[in-house]
Amino acid sequence: MTTTSESSLESQIEDLDAKPSIGEAIVKMARKQPVGVAGLAVVILMIIAAIFAPWLTPYHPEYNDFASMLTAPNLEYLMGTDQFGRDIFTRILYGARTALLVGFVAASVGAVVGMVLGVASAYFGGLFDLILQRVMDVFMAFPLIILAMAVVATLGPGTQNVIIAITIPFIPQCARVVRSNALAIREIPYVDAARALGFGHTRIILRHMAPNVVAPFLILFTAFVGQAILLEASLSYLGMGVQEPTPAWGLMLQGGAEEYAESAPWVAIWPGVAISLAVFGFNLFGDALRDTLDPRLRSR
Amino acid sequence: MSEAMTTRRNTRTGSSEGFEEVLVDVRDLKMHFPVTDGVFFPRVVAHVKAVDGVSFQVFRGETLGVVGESGCGKTTTGRCILQLEKPTAGEIMFGGVDITKLNSKEMIDVRKKIQVIFQDPYSSLNPRMKVGEILAEPMRVHNIIANEADRQTRVRHLLNVCGLASAFADRYPHEMSGGQRQRVGIARALAMDPEFIICDEAVSALDVSIQAQVINLLEDLRDEFDLTYLFISHDLSVVRHICHRVAVMYLGNLVELADGDELFENPMHPYTRLLLNAVPIPDPTIEKTRQHEIIKGEIPSPINPPSGCVFHPRCPSAVDNCKKQIPTLREIKPGHWVACTEV
Repeated sequence: MTTTSESSLESQIEDLDAKPSIGEAIVKMARKQPVGVAGLAVVILMIIAAIFAPWLTPYHPEYNDFASMLTAPNLEYLMGTDQFGRDIFTRILYGARTALLVGFVAASVGAVVGMVLGVASAYFGGLFDLILQRVMDVFMAFPLIILAMAVVATLGPGTQNVIIAITIPFIPQCARVVRSNALAIREIPYVDAARALGFGHTRIILRHMAPNVVAPFLILFTAFVGQAILLEASLSYLGMGVQEPTPAWGLMLQGGAEEYAESAPWVAIWPGVAISLAVFGFNLFGDALRDTLDPRLRSR
Repeated sequence: MSEAMTTRRNTRTGSSEGFEEVLVDVRDLKMHFPVTDGVFFPRVVAHVKAVDGVSFQVFRGETLGVVGESGCGKTTTGRCILQLEKPTAGEIMFGGVDITKLNSKEMIDVRKKIQVIFQDPYSSLNPRMKVGEILAEPMRVHNIIANEADRQTRVRHLLNVCGLASAFADRYPHEMSGGQRQRVGIARALAMDPEFIICDEAVSALDVSIQAQVINLLEDLRDEFDLTYLFISHDLSVVRHICHRVAVMYLGNLVELADGDELFENPMHPYTRLLLNAVPIPDPTIEKTRQHEIIKGEIPSPINPPSGCVFHPRCPSAVDNCKKQIPTLREIKPGHWVACTEV
């Protein structure tokens, strides 16, 4: 899904700027949306950290150097070590992998399923729409974190279950926004034309309606990635998410926050900074994307 | 333009006898849209009688015009024939089969034969698909042409037939002008090799000069591919030019149906007379001195149409009987049908 959403994004930018080169488009966007580009830079930095982690640090994320536990940041351990003698910088880099994996998988699945349900709901209308929307209402009645916790409590902790737990609350959110957009598209004659040409419901929903809700979809998607990273960190912090020894920012915070807040503050500070920066970056990028693609949604 | 005019006149002189095979037979078509109230348990409080008992036939090879004011049900009639709406009652016979009773699978075969050209060329094409894809998709989905290369050849051919360069296949709709887009819309309708095309205000959204080009194109295509048109329009001069026969609708009812020239020269229904009277004459001196007879009042609500003849509250020649008796379509002269008791 990542590739398709990226390619649609490119075409979207081209549509708006009467086909400049991608370089020109980025420059233009940088001038219009400097904050958004800063967000994009954070996102790219995070992706680089996740991909090149093994080359950026000499340590293994699960390697314990018992000789130097709770070392303050120095040249050998750039961000210091935790209570088990593990290098925090290394664990931050590898933690980006966990965060991006959970973030992108949960956001993609949640947003795509939500989009299909939302478009289908608008397309079929009637009783199907009514029942589906009331089911969505039930899901949306719960706060994100409570619903995710309920799912983890049922399925048990672990990376895979955390992804499922985060995906489920995203579906109704996306479905609701996409539905309202799709309701308008439903009335546009090209949908009637597709029906008159004898196309099946699946084809009309996926080929003719879904591509035209790409703008709200992309905006939601980027927001979801940021939210998912935050949710994963929260769940891990509560001990309901990713389990040790997997490097994850929320877990690192849990291990370090209470006990070492005064004696070794770097144990909690760095993962906290990483979480804030990542969420901030995705949100800024998402906001800029929203302003570029769909000015009507600006007030939301 | 003038050349097209003369050929049209020639083909139409023999029109009354020329077209005999009934292609589409609409019988007592009714389309009532429910008006609902209540948020949690919607209930039907009334019906909008968009089309209320319309019957007409379309002969193979002819162009039947449907005219009337906005909201008279002419577009809804077209949508019912296309099966985009499920009619409340009535039959639509196409090639001897009642298409309102077909299931969606059986309907696919009929859909290939009935196509539509929409009014607005800006919203009738999917903005995310290239023109080539728009035209190739129906051929691929319905396996009309299985081979990709042959499909591309036919796409280029269709574009050329509709007066567009083959290179337009690689363009997106937003890169084209309104007239070009409408030609794409026409090409898409032709992609399925249809027999019957519903032109729903097909030229109304275009500039007058482009209108003339598109009308000529529609006429050429009619002759080349043996097409039958249902030409829905509010533009009387366009209808007079292209249509063999013309049906006049008012508030969901058919009030008059006759050969084009007969209807325009000898309108019998009071509504048709007033409608034709409203057409301005392109000569300011005549227009200044001309006595305008304006239709009084507003169109009544189709939710609660007047009793008897629906036109009686606005009719200059209404009598008491009009409030009670519902007029039926009668053949006053050969081929000239009027729904008025006072004619």
